[in-house]
Amino acid sequence: MTPFTREQIAARVAADIPEGAYVNLGIGAPTLVANYLPRDREILLHSENGLLGMGPAPAPGEEDGDLINAGKQPVTLLAGGAFFHHADAFAMMRGGHLDICVLGAFQVSSKGDLANWSTGAPGAIPAVGGAMDLALGARQVFIITDHNTKTGEPKIVEQCTYPLTAVACVSRIFTDLAVIDVTPDGLVVREMADGLTFDALQARTGAVLKQQLTQGA
Amino acid sequence: MIDKIYATPEAAVADIHDGATVMIGGFGNAGMPTRLIDALIAHGARDLTIVNNNAGNGETGLAALLKAGRVRKIICSFPRQADSQVFDALYRAGKIELELTPQGNLAERIRAAGAGIGGFFTPTGYGTQLAEGKETRLIDGRHYVFESPIHADFALIKAQRGDRWGNLVYRKTARNFGPIMATAARITIAQVADVVPLGELDPEAIVTPGIFVQRVVQEDPQ
Repeated sequence: MTPFTREQIAARVAADIPEGAYVNLGIGAPTLVANYLPRDREILLHSENGLLGMGPAPAPGEEDGDLINAGKQPVTLLAGGAFFHHADAFAMMRGGHLDICVLGAFQVSSKGDLANWSTGAPGAIPAVGGAMDLALGARQVFIITDHNTKTGEPKIVEQCTYPLTAVACVSRIFTDLAVIDVTPDGLVVREMADGLTFDALQARTGAVLKQQLTQGA
Repeated sequence: MIDKIYATPEAAVADIHDGATVMIGGFGNAGMPTRLIDALIAHGARDLTIVNNNAGNGETGLAALLKAGRVRKIICSFPRQADSQVFDALYRAGKIELELTPQGNLAERIRAAGAGIGGFFTPTGYGTQLAEGKETRLIDGRHYVFESPIHADFALIKAQRGDRWGNLVYRKTARNFGPIMATAARITIAQVADVVPLGELDPEAIVTPGIFVQRVVQEDPQ
């Protein structure tokens, strides 16, 4: 069995982003999706610190401390891009104007609940940032995550045990093993890694899966 | 004649009192009004409540204000970062109070204060720890949480250009919290890279109209 690589997952997510979409890519693995957006599609990236039409990282030496993304990394602005203040940036999310958010996860439940901001560990300093806003901030929320933790625990579960980021917010989950939709009928597997059986996938998942593979997958 | 220009950052912050609630603009270091913060540290006001997205980076700016022991409470969304060691130590030692609020709620609570809104229902945070104890309401089939406005005595913000009436334009993503914090404070103090004559800012492009700004300071004397 050959798991999907991080790059393959990012490319797979990118393939699901249509022409004309307004998209927010969360910090971490979701950022990688930007490298795989199809060049024949015009897709506008939103960053919640206040820009729309975000371009790639600047060339070395061209960094501008006043032009950063939500991860506080230097970025560029495409021609036609715009700057705006924080309340507008989050109105774009909360108001349902974004098409897609791509986020990471600690856990996703069978109902699409998301836990990705805190492990609830005692003594940890809490920090939420835009996580809760982002999780509700688009018509579709895509999750990129390893299917299991480093110690083999499932990250897709019936009920999240980590503190929730938002309730019933996830549309589709992209892991190193599968592409899974969150539907009113439960979790539906659309694609699987080469050589993986449905039973093996189910065994590595903490929630009941249904199989309804996409044609050609 | 209206003239909101102050000669120095020190003069502009001289009446910030002990116990004041002070909004500080910036997202990380972008838009952080470092000169005004340094002046506030020198001024010596203590027991402050600070409103900022973060809780300081490295050892300068907001982190230096925290390190000087002047802050009783911070209202922010994302205190813990790779370089937030000053906040982390104070928090672990129980020397600072934290009110954690989701970033969009933080922005909207500031906006609400500036717009005279007594609070609002937002879907963000519903069903999470950060909504515990807060009023909720089901509106058109969706769950919402009540959030209250955040008012401040002072706002310290950074802009690119300003005039003597207090009109401001910003630079790139350094705009972030500046425009909304300017509306939410009794006294807004703007550190600007350039003070320009009246009429030089394009009225179609002014981001913060001067009614929201009480003081303007040029960051580096010419």
